[in-house]
Amino acid sequence: MIDRVMDNRELDSFDWQFLAVTAAILSLGVLSIYSVTHAQAGAGLPLYIKQVLWILVGCAAFLAMLMVDYHKIARWSYVLYALILILLVVVLMAGKTSRGAQRWIPMGPFAFQPSEFAKLVLILVLATYYAHAPREGWIQRVVLPGLLMMPGLLLILKQPDLGSGLSFLAIYAALLLVVGMRSKAMGILLLFAVMLFPFAWELVWGALHDYQRERIMTFLDPAYDTGGKGYHALQSRIAIGSGELLGKGLYGGTQSQLKFLPEGHTDFVFAVFAEEWGFLGTLLVLALFLGLLMLSLEIALKAKDVLGALLAAGIVGMLGFCLMVNIGMTAGLLPIVGIPLPLMSYGGSAVVTTMAALGLLLNIKRRRLTLFY
Amino acid sequence: MPSFGTQQEELREIQRRLTILKIALLAIVGLLALRLWDLQVRDGAYYRDLSENNRTRTVILEPARGLIYDRRGVLLANNVPSFGLYVTLEDVKDRKALIQGLVGLIGLDETVLKKKISERGSKLLPRKLKDGLSLREAALIESHRLDLPGVMIQADSQRNYPNGPVLAHVLGYVGQVSAEQLEKSQSQELHQGSMVGQYGVEKAYDRFLRGRAGQKVIEVDALGHEKRTVSVDKPAAGDDLYLSIDLRLQRLAEELLGEEAGAIVALDPTNGAVLALASRPSFDPNVLSRELTAKQWDAIVQDDSHPLTNRATQGQYPPGSTFKIVMATAALESHTITPSTKIRCVGGFPFGRRVYKDWKAGGHGFMDVTQALVESCDVFFYTVGQRMGIDMIADFADQFGLGQETGVELPSERTGIVPSTVWKAKAKGQPWLPGETISAAIGQGYVTVTPMQMAHLMATVANDGVSFRPRIVRAVMERASGLVHEIPTVPHGQLAVAPETLALIKEALAGVVTRGTATRARSALVSIAGKTGTAQTAALRTGPQEDIPKRFRDHAWFVSYAPVDAPRIAVAVLVEHMGHGGSAAAPLAKQIIEAFVRHERAEPKLAERTGVGKPEGLELAMQGAR
Repeated sequence: MIDRVMDNRELDSFDWQFLAVTAAILSLGVLSIYSVTHAQAGAGLPLYIKQVLWILVGCAAFLAMLMVDYHKIARWSYVLYALILILLVVVLMAGKTSRGAQRWIPMGPFAFQPSEFAKLVLILVLATYYAHAPREGWIQRVVLPGLLMMPGLLLILKQPDLGSGLSFLAIYAALLLVVGMRSKAMGILLLFAVMLFPFAWELVWGALHDYQRERIMTFLDPAYDTGGKGYHALQSRIAIGSGELLGKGLYGGTQSQLKFLPEGHTDFVFAVFAEEWGFLGTLLVLALFLGLLMLSLEIALKAKDVLGALLAAGIVGMLGFCLMVNIGMTAGLLPIVGIPLPLMSYGGSAVVTTMAALGLLLNIKRRRLTLFY
Repeated sequence: MPSFGTQQEELREIQRRLTILKIALLAIVGLLALRLWDLQVRDGAYYRDLSENNRTRTVILEPARGLIYDRRGVLLANNVPSFGLYVTLEDVKDRKALIQGLVGLIGLDETVLKKKISERGSKLLPRKLKDGLSLREAALIESHRLDLPGVMIQADSQRNYPNGPVLAHVLGYVGQVSAEQLEKSQSQELHQGSMVGQYGVEKAYDRFLRGRAGQKVIEVDALGHEKRTVSVDKPAAGDDLYLSIDLRLQRLAEELLGEEAGAIVALDPTNGAVLALASRPSFDPNVLSRELTAKQWDAIVQDDSHPLTNRATQGQYPPGSTFKIVMATAALESHTITPSTKIRCVGGFPFGRRVYKDWKAGGHGFMDVTQALVESCDVFFYTVGQRMGIDMIADFADQFGLGQETGVELPSERTGIVPSTVWKAKAKGQPWLPGETISAAIGQGYVTVTPMQMAHLMATVANDGVSFRPRIVRAVMERASGLVHEIPTVPHGQLAVAPETLALIKEALAGVVTRGTATRARSALVSIAGKTGTAQTAALRTGPQEDIPKRFRDHAWFVSYAPVDAPRIAVAVLVEHMGHGGSAAAPLAKQIIEAFVRHERAEPKLAERTGVGKPEGLELAMQGAR
């Protein structure tokens, strides 16, 4: 059922552009996953089929988030947040451990990663908070939302999932940016940040696993690499660079096909794509993502209320951050932290979360022309 | 709740600030695009070069395969060092020169070399060209490394079976993983060139024995030779196996068979442990575990004596008179006869248009079931067989485990045949003929069994109807933890037969040795019970066996257990084409049993030798192994 206050007209050209860009990115993702994993005989369904199934689930999430008025969804945001916190505790207690981090709740043949969903829920919580919060006072505008974010952030860092933790901070930062702190508040925050930095550093650095520290150290100081850990960063750069202008063609990526490149279907899917499709291909992907981000910003700009604008801004911030960090790390600009490339990396929780977020965006857009209240 | 007006004001401010976000995003994407331009276009050729001549090579470090011991800790399989010749094709600029060089230096076969080099596989991973190089050959190649880019010598380990052909069918052998095996394997554990078990325990327990391969990433120079080690992931050795086999009994069994084809299986009836499993003729697993030329391989496979067949588990023979154990049980349990029912044997059994002969011309006279077993009277069993009908017989044969795998952990076990009306309709598409029941009643016709099945049957009888799955591996020693996991005995069912019936059968089987057809198995050392059998290989021949060409002569069976009161060993002996079970097979079983008893007396605590670890996860282990 379509909600009453929904803009019930046919899909307009904006909607079509939005859907087409999304579909295009998803397809390139599936193609790359297929390319890098098709030769691997494994148990059960091939990964690219699983990814397609996840996309179908994502479509359902997309429609669900589109149909229900986002104000109604926002009313549930604190409940959802509480649920996610519970799940994050469950993960710590009973979750599946993989590569030294406890991030997954096994569900039959699949595993469910609450920290992915937590990102979208955090956007909902913070946007709802700001929509109702007083406009003045740095405690109300900065500290309280920060405290609101803390339990989720700490639980995620405990796993440890540095990538999702950083995404949390990025969402918070993006919202702070758009809700507009006064310069005075900004100054105080900065002061605090500087003062708290050693403690925060200890907290974050102490929570990291050895492999994460090594990755960061490798990034900061390549000479630190003695055990061959910088190998991944190097192989990823070689994969992207060797694609040159036109790429090596589908299945032609020697780096990824020969398994020089680890995790070619998840965090390093962009490197796989870049190797096979070259600079023209990567430009296309960047253009598609830029298109998606600009259309999303458009939605934020034309939202009819604060809630809608902040939700959209939060989603844009989340997507933009993931894009920057993922491509940045595969291209050797940033240290390797586990952040998937939205819509392209293999991973059910991430795909479903991102598609739900896009559904929410279109929801905001479709309701912008309807009357207020 | 802010008012509508301030809401709208706030919204406008937010939307103004979105411009900052927009600029930030454009900057980020722009920056990424610039970086990608740098990587892919400006430095693209450089990275392309790096990817094509990727200067790092991954060398797989083979794990040491688990060792195999017998029940007393005598080594049955280990690894010895050897030199392997490898080449990384990526580093070979001129393949012809490489082939010429290797042919000239150490005289490798040019066609074999060519084939190996052109096989499918990664160019970046070293592929093995030859193993078992001599020290001289290895030194020759090392000294010419500058002329042989991409070639390297690696210290490998070669599987070694110190006892040669003894126990070959049980141990099996190893070989390079085949393309199909590689494709079928779901794990990443296997790789091109992995050595995996191809037969016997080596195959059945490969998962345990194999270990985990490690790898070494090395930086190579322009000739593909190692310059520096980048990283090492050490291999993990495989788990060791302790078999239930006693090598002394095994040797004896194989010596007893000697040059004759046949099989001997000895089981512990109280737990199913396989004490000896001999199959002759045998093969040398050391030879098969090395690389064979096609010619050598063909010679083994096409050998008429089928040395690769494990006659104990894969040889299917008519059980002959040993089948009368099943017949007697069936007749008593189905109340076709009582223990005192007497049937007169006149030396033949007229049925339809022919007379089915007894082995004793002139007949045995009046017989009850005990006497019929002791003297192996055919007419008695023709008569009860005809009364019961084939399906009743099949039911009991089935209960005794015939017609099905015993479940011993050796690959490709055969089941033999328990014929029935249903079986014949399915297998031959024909109705069962009454005359066929008569043949089946003395273990001829369609009935076939494996020596392993017969040993298992005797173990079941000896153990008063309680049976265990035969097992060859008694414990696995996990390398990582040092724990010894005992493999538990697996109950295999219980005969639904009255205790009186079994008692009668057991008494008769003891009588077979003391006063019946197997007096040649009588031992001064221990009381033995058993049953002889003579399995006809071709239908209806007359005249003394000596006049018949050997390949048409009967197979000799003797199945037995001992001691009679508290059996601790069950032995099945089958000797192909050696005529009567009583003369050709029974003495062999006697010698095995006597040797067993002598060992037992010398080392009374033998059975308790291993027994350290907990039996955790062993069910899983068993399933994995099968």
